[in-house]
Amino acid sequence: MAEDIKKIMFTVRKPPHGTIYVYEGLEVKLIMAAYDADISVVFMDDGVFAVKKGQDTKDLGIKGFAATYGALVDYEITQVYVDRQSMEDRGMTEDDLLVIGEDEDTEEPIKPQVLESAEIAAMMAEQHNILAF
Amino acid sequence: MLHTVNKSPFQNTTLESCVRFARSGDVILLIEDGVLAAQAGNVKKNLLEEALQKCEVFALSADLKARALTDLVPGVKITDYSGFVDLVEHNTTHSWL
Repeated sequence: MAEDIKKIMFTVRKPPHGTIYVYEGLEVKLIMAAYDADISVVFMDDGVFAVKKGQDTKDLGIKGFAATYGALVDYEITQVYVDRQSMEDRGMTEDDLLVIGEDEDTEEPIKPQVLESAEIAAMMAEQHNILAF
Repeated sequence: MLHTVNKSPFQNTTLESCVRFARSGDVILLIEDGVLAAQAGNVKKNLLEEALQKCEVFALSADLKARALTDLVPGVKITDYSGFVDLVEHNTTHSWL
């Protein structure tokens, strides 16, 4: 049973809003979450901007999807990671990250976990599939 | 693990990121504009030299030929579409798009 579960990683390397990639990737994640898969999401390079809090797309005339990231944990996508170097290279800190859900018991907000590049590389090596957006 | 890179290193940092995340024993395959990184003597050649310390690096022959790239960074190997298929068959792949 357990060995049948596929490990699938999503890498997000493009910034949000400029292209449709990041939004499309989010849709795929939510769809995949409905299946028995071990899903992880890693934001790296310009992808870290997708998980920056305070995004407001009202003046662009589009709905925006940052709020949906706030529900990832509700979709049981809890393995959400950010590459520290990508974040720091772009002047972001952990305080800039948006909330992706809250702890069931403590109701504490959950944020993406910041990892070193080598830790992410080790996780990549364990996957059955890696999908890039 | 196979990493494919299809972007020019002179236009963005895709190859740089790939090399940062590639682990010892991984394979990097340059395709499309990614092969521009393999031109001998180019200003970004240190990226491939760093990659070659820990990985096998291939460039796709059709993309090299299309761009008249014959003089390559030492250590870069050439493969064709059939070799590409073999690499994909034997590795989990991440496309650095």
